[in-house]
Amino acid sequence: MSENPTDLRYTDDHEWVRADGNRWRVGITSFAAKQLGDVVMVDIPRKVGDTIAQGDELGTIESVKAVSQIYAPVSGKIVAINEALNEDPELVNSEPFGDGWMIEIEPSNRAELDALKTADVYTKFTADAE
Amino acid sequence: MLVSARSMEKKKTPLWAAHKQLGARLIDFGGWEMPVQYPAGMIKEHRAVREAVGLFDVSHMGEVYLRGHRVREAVEQLTTNSVAIAPVGKAVYTLLCLPSGGVVDDCIFYKVSDDEFLVVVNASNTGKDLEWFRERTHSLCEVVDVSDQKALIAVQGPKAIAMVDQLAGGALAGLTSFTFADTVVAGVPCIAARTGYTGEDGFELCCDNAHAVQLWEALLEAATPLGGLPIGLGARDTLRLEARLPLYGNDLDDDHTPLEAGLGWAVKLEGRDFIGSDALRAQKRAGLARKLVGFRIDEGQRAIARPGYPIVDRAITEGSPVIGTVTSGGPGVYVGGAIGLGYVPVERAAAGTTLTIDCRGKDVPATVVDGKFYKRPGR
Repeated sequence: MSENPTDLRYTDDHEWVRADGNRWRVGITSFAAKQLGDVVMVDIPRKVGDTIAQGDELGTIESVKAVSQIYAPVSGKIVAINEALNEDPELVNSEPFGDGWMIEIEPSNRAELDALKTADVYTKFTADAE
Repeated sequence: MLVSARSMEKKKTPLWAAHKQLGARLIDFGGWEMPVQYPAGMIKEHRAVREAVGLFDVSHMGEVYLRGHRVREAVEQLTTNSVAIAPVGKAVYTLLCLPSGGVVDDCIFYKVSDDEFLVVVNASNTGKDLEWFRERTHSLCEVVDVSDQKALIAVQGPKAIAMVDQLAGGALAGLTSFTFADTVVAGVPCIAARTGYTGEDGFELCCDNAHAVQLWEALLEAATPLGGLPIGLGARDTLRLEARLPLYGNDLDDDHTPLEAGLGWAVKLEGRDFIGSDALRAQKRAGLARKLVGFRIDEGQRAIARPGYPIVDRAITEGSPVIGTVTSGGPGVYVGGAIGLGYVPVERAAAGTTLTIDCRGKDVPATVVDGKFYKRPGR
């Protein structure tokens, strides 16, 4: 079930970005969530208002057996952090492209998006990785 | 090229195709291609073992027979626990030690008769253990490796005993903890032992490779309506950690003795002379410098300690602040929070002591706890 939504852009580190208006939502892909297995903790030691640069570490995702970093797919200002993940980290597994989102960024350089993968390219990329 | 390609090929248990069919994710484990989890995922698998029953393919483990009329002399030399004098039909957990007291492996010896023991050893140590047996038994017994002919299936959980007993026609309910018997389960001849590695009651069933699929399918068919699941190596590890059962290569190795690992109950020194006994006696007399402790990450901390994370003391200003290492760690899947094991200096080993664990650059407080993280009800 690797249906990667076509309205998103993707990084090599398996984050996705929904470039919608001035609040770009960020999460990890279902491919990444599946690789991690059951997620038990999402730790984003950042605050709303923090400025981040593309590639910065945003936090960590801990599954039962693995730990993985989340990186900022684009530069900008953090405008929201998904607090629901504190109580329900398993949303990352059940709805990676939906309620399992991580943060929202107000982008400072919209051109960064162009370097990210389209759904087609990302789907091929993960097929090669498997 | 063909030869090297073949030697790189991963080993498969007789149940490999069954795991594939169940949709398991397979990983390399010590040269074996083994299921790390099935589609249910590690959390559901873990819970199924605590609340119902789980099936584990542990056919990658090694099975070795030691045979001969002087086998007890050989076994007496090899084992820290009282294995040689155990009654026939008894299974005994023991360490194999080096002369230094370091651990070669931890394993279970099954006394088949006065002239025969079956030993089940860790998969990753099978080659090393065989060499050790051959080298150290000094022709006192025959060492017969049957690892490639035998499958091993563990059935664990509160519903395991009744389920397997029924498949064995009522032959197994009387089998007490750490005993074993030849039996027939679902038409398959096997050795059933009331042992396990999960903190739950259950059996481990050893049969010929040829019958493994038949046995696995019968067990799965019986387990499914009970809420049972097949369990991968991922949940096997989280289950054994909650039960505070050590894992060789993590919590045990040739640098640490069983006394340091808190396994003194499996080291019987009195009136005995075995490989490592002198070193262990001396260590007992001198007192321990370090100990394996259980710890719980303090409440409210958003961190999980993993194997290899340093245990530090920031009050140490000169030299390294590292005072120990986490050897096992992860979420307490059933007991909650984050738990782990690690070696620390003995003065930091008392229950209630606060430890600081460097979790990828973040200092996280944890507290030493005594005993198992999970105890099964009624125990």
